Amino acid sequence: MAGLMAGFGHYTHAVVRGIPASLAKEALRTSQAEVDLAKARREHEAYVEVLKTRLGLDVVELPADESLPDCVFVEDAAVVCGDTALITRPGAESRRKETEVMKGTLQDLNLNIVEMTDENATLDGGDVLFTGREFFVGLSKRTNQRGAEILADAFKDYAVSTVPVLEGLHLKSFCSMGGPGLIVIGSSEPAQKALKDKRVIPENGMMSDTSTAISQPTVKKRKCTPDT
Amino acid sequence: MTTEAGSETEVKEKAEESAAQPDQSENATQETEEVSNTAEEEKGKGKEKEKEGKESKGISRYLPTWLKKQKSQSQTSPTKEAPPTEESVGKVTPEEGEPAPEVNGHAEEVEEKEEVKSEQVKEKEAESHSSTSADTEPAKEENVEESAEKSPEETKETTEGEGAKEEKKEQEGQVTAEGEGGEGQTSIFQSPLRLVRKTKMKVVVCRVALLDGTDFTCEVEKRAKGQFLFFKVCEHLNLLEKDYFGLSYKDTHEQKCWLDPTKEIKRQIRSNNWQFAFNVKFYPPDPSLLTEDITRYLLCLQLRDDVASGRLPCSFVTHALLGSYTLQSEVGDYEPDIPRPLDLVGQLTFAPSQNKEMEEKILELHKSHRGMTPAQADTQFLENAKKLSMYGVDLHHAKDSEGVDIMLGVCANGLLVYKDRLRINRFAWPKILKISYKRNNFYIKIRPGETEQFESTVGFKLQNHRSAKRLWKVCVENHSFFRLNAPEPPTKARFLTLGSKFRYSGRTQAQSRQASSLIDRPAPNFERTSSKRISRSLDGAPVISITEASRDMAENGREPHLELHSDSKVKEVDLSPGDTEALPSKSPGGSEPTLSQSRLRVHGDNIYVRHSNLMLEDHDKTQDEVLKHQASISQLKRSFMEAPPPSPPQPNQWEKRLTSSPATIRSQQQQVSLEEEIASVLFSRYASSGFYSAAETTCSIPDPTLDAPITTCSTATPTAVCSSSVPQRLLISPTTTHSATEVSVPQAEAASADNTIPDTKEPAKPPVVKTEMVTISDTFAAQKTEIATKEVPIVHTETKTITYEAAQLDGNGDGEPGVLMTAQTITSESLCTTTTTHITKTLKGGLSETRIEKRIVITGDCDIDHDQALAQAIKEAKEQHPDMSVTRVVVHKETELAEEED
Repeated sequence: MAGLMAGFGHYTHAVVRGIPASLAKEALRTSQAEVDLAKARREHEAYVEVLKTRLGLDVVELPADESLPDCVFVEDAAVVCGDTALITRPGAESRRKETEVMKGTLQDLNLNIVEMTDENATLDGGDVLFTGREFFVGLSKRTNQRGAEILADAFKDYAVSTVPVLEGLHLKSFCSMGGPGLIVIGSSEPAQKALKDKRVIPENGMMSDTSTAISQPTVKKRKCTPDT
Repeated sequence: MTTEAGSETEVKEKAEESAAQPDQSENATQETEEVSNTAEEEKGKGKEKEKEGKESKGISRYLPTWLKKQKSQSQTSPTKEAPPTEESVGKVTPEEGEPAPEVNGHAEEVEEKEEVKSEQVKEKEAESHSSTSADTEPAKEENVEESAEKSPEETKETTEGEGAKEEKKEQEGQVTAEGEGGEGQTSIFQSPLRLVRKTKMKVVVCRVALLDGTDFTCEVEKRAKGQFLFFKVCEHLNLLEKDYFGLSYKDTHEQKCWLDPTKEIKRQIRSNNWQFAFNVKFYPPDPSLLTEDITRYLLCLQLRDDVASGRLPCSFVTHALLGSYTLQSEVGDYEPDIPRPLDLVGQLTFAPSQNKEMEEKILELHKSHRGMTPAQADTQFLENAKKLSMYGVDLHHAKDSEGVDIMLGVCANGLLVYKDRLRINRFAWPKILKISYKRNNFYIKIRPGETEQFESTVGFKLQNHRSAKRLWKVCVENHSFFRLNAPEPPTKARFLTLGSKFRYSGRTQAQSRQASSLIDRPAPNFERTSSKRISRSLDGAPVISITEASRDMAENGREPHLELHSDSKVKEVDLSPGDTEALPSKSPGGSEPTLSQSRLRVHGDNIYVRHSNLMLEDHDKTQDEVLKHQASISQLKRSFMEAPPPSPPQPNQWEKRLTSSPATIRSQQQQVSLEEEIASVLFSRYASSGFYSAAETTCSIPDPTLDAPITTCSTATPTAVCSSSVPQRLLISPTTTHSATEVSVPQAEAASADNTIPDTKEPAKPPVVKTEMVTISDTFAAQKTEIATKEVPIVHTETKTITYEAAQLDGNGDGEPGVLMTAQTITSESLCTTTTTHITKTLKGGLSETRIEKRIVITGDCDIDHDQALAQAIKEAKEQHPDMSVTRVVVHKETELAEEED
């Protein structure tokens, strides 16, 4: 235990989940583009490979569940920081069950599990941006105020601020961490609106406004736990 | 001695009387107890504490009643009596620690009647009457009061003469105690000595809850200022880095307020409840920068309390980790042999919701700290605690403009806004231009963002006027402490003053760091509370609860005194970007209402923000240019603001966070120039080619090294003037003037002056100018170090003026007469500096020229580095207006030399 503060960029494990065949037809969509299932799976494999070999993470691979077409997006099912894992209550009804397997997995990693039991709360991990010093929670179609409050309760060490997500799916649909102390944010109008919102001003006062929109976050969720 | 018999009889009589009047008697007993306590303190603290405990309770109950009538009288009498009784007790009958208070009571009575009674007699009487003393005391007190009222002054004189003998004896003990206090203390001493008759000195016993859960009791003159008590506590704690701490008390509304060190204690505490708590007032963002372990330890104690009480929320794991460091610090290495270690842990409070699981985790982590020293464990504790988002955040209940409940948090970095558990907004100090309050509203004026043109004001509703003012004060103090190099001076009282004069009166963090870097003593040994706590906890005593009680006091505003101001006024403080500039110009001085009883006094608004506006005023150019200029300036300012005060080069937490980001680098580079009060730079823009504006800064620095009142110092006045021609060929002509006013250390200064002159005299060329400035500052720095401690009785002044001018082809704008369009003068004063800014706009040959002259007079301790200030002023000017060049620097140095030397 070098310290409880996870900081940014210290990861030991990664949890990934396979892509179910149902993803192509039944997964929730914001656009109508065709999904090339085979290609998606190839990309996913490559992704896992990078996590394992290039980044040296301990990768936990969960099997896909055909009844959960969106289960590959493990990011939304839990928020892990330090020794604590918050099992979310996803905004989409159809995805609620994704958290079950995730919970068991994280328990096996000896994390302190906090569950979001309030039925009025919703939270997708995709709306949670951790900078290493604080959390930003996007208030979106999938995440509400109550969910953000519960997250704040779960991670009392950190300040939690909310950011309105006017368009797009998640907060992290248009912004992400570009490195320690650096938030990368897209150039789209909703992204810029969120940036202008005073609430977005991060604790260290730094926000990098790149003109390049960050691509949709990767499908996998990386879990961070303290190294030592 | 002759009076003894009489006094005794009187006492008895009084006792009877007192019995008849229970209330009075109680009061009297309380007072007497206090007195006795003080005496005891000198001799034995343990006894005192016991007594105090009793006394305080009694006092709190009765104070209101007797305060009205008896305050002055009763206090005076007890103080007088108390000291003598104490001494006598100690000498004559040291065994009678406890009876002493009673004795005092008797003594008081005696004094009232006989006035001339001797202390010894009283003591004897007290001893004999100790059993009955309580009853009799009240009556006596009343009598004393009356007498005191009738002839307080006279009594003093008489007592002095009479009590001189007694005083000597008694004072021995007291003097030692008083040595710390200073003025207040001395008065106290005198009073006790002169006791016999109605002395003016009234002594009160103060109880201060310390961070380790114990109480510190001490005797203080009733009219003593907060500082006196605070210093006494710090001395008791052996604490040198005291600037981070403060004393708090509960006002009549059970709100915790900070005791203003500059004001009389009596006027701040309304209820006459002389109970205080010693708390951390400013949480250092980086505790590792503290110099002494004892300071860190005290901070740890405060934080343990913050954590255990829930004021500093943290997660389960953090609770466990912090708890484990606490154990390591207090108990040492984990001992596997300890039977039922969980019991031990269970008796300590680490978290508001502590359970077995957490205690097991704490123990588990504790094992891993084996070998860690207590100091190391404290350091680790602090390293983790400081990262908590609520570390050092002082929360205040409020409502937003829509009536929604929110919390406002004041901390080192600025103002935070919370709703429920979420942080909904955050205003860093650099973002805030002004804070003010009116009635129960609290306002902050926000610096316009990059895309915004106008400042915006955000208002919050507090519960009442008091809360608004308390919040405002906390903001003023936090901003001053963490953002300024030196505190702003309180506005001077003027005729018809409006608003609060309140300003932070202590040292800033920068000053504190500087001071603590000079601490030169072996690390003091201090006893950790572990032994106390554990032994107590084993005894089943609720040790922790005590601690918690004291914790609560840590937050809040201060001086209840000021709270009396009426609502009609708006109090504001300028938080302009360059803290240098931030010194609020005092327009209206606020006369402080001596609130005594009339709470209502109307005061008006105070301070205006000018500096930020200054930059905006200097243009007759097109709107676009103006906007551009403003933008660049505001940007520069902002970046400046990000930088920490220069003096302590250590990065604060804020900066650390920035470390990896490019912005950080920028700000770090600029750190130096920021927030220097002295740095005044004049920028004049004119469309024509050459122009210069000269600003003079005069600094008069009293030499700190000299004890003599004569302390005068030579000062260097840096003035930097920058003139910029329209878009890009700008010439900045900085005029630096070093005027040395009285120099207490003539020789050194003179020598330095000589040295300096040659260097400086060389005409600077545009590019070189800055370099020269640096050189100058270096020279000066050398001088400073040379400052001798000699005191020179007579001083005469030497004046030297050095002008550096860049080779200008353009020529000086001075020569060309223009048409004066507008002229404006703004004056602002602060503790150390007086800034006068003249803005004139002239029209020359179709080109408009705005010339700003800033003259800064620096007054202060020798600590102030004038050279550095000058260098910084120039540097700042340079950085703020990279497109301008320095064209002229005039150093006007006035040095007072001792005749002897001459």
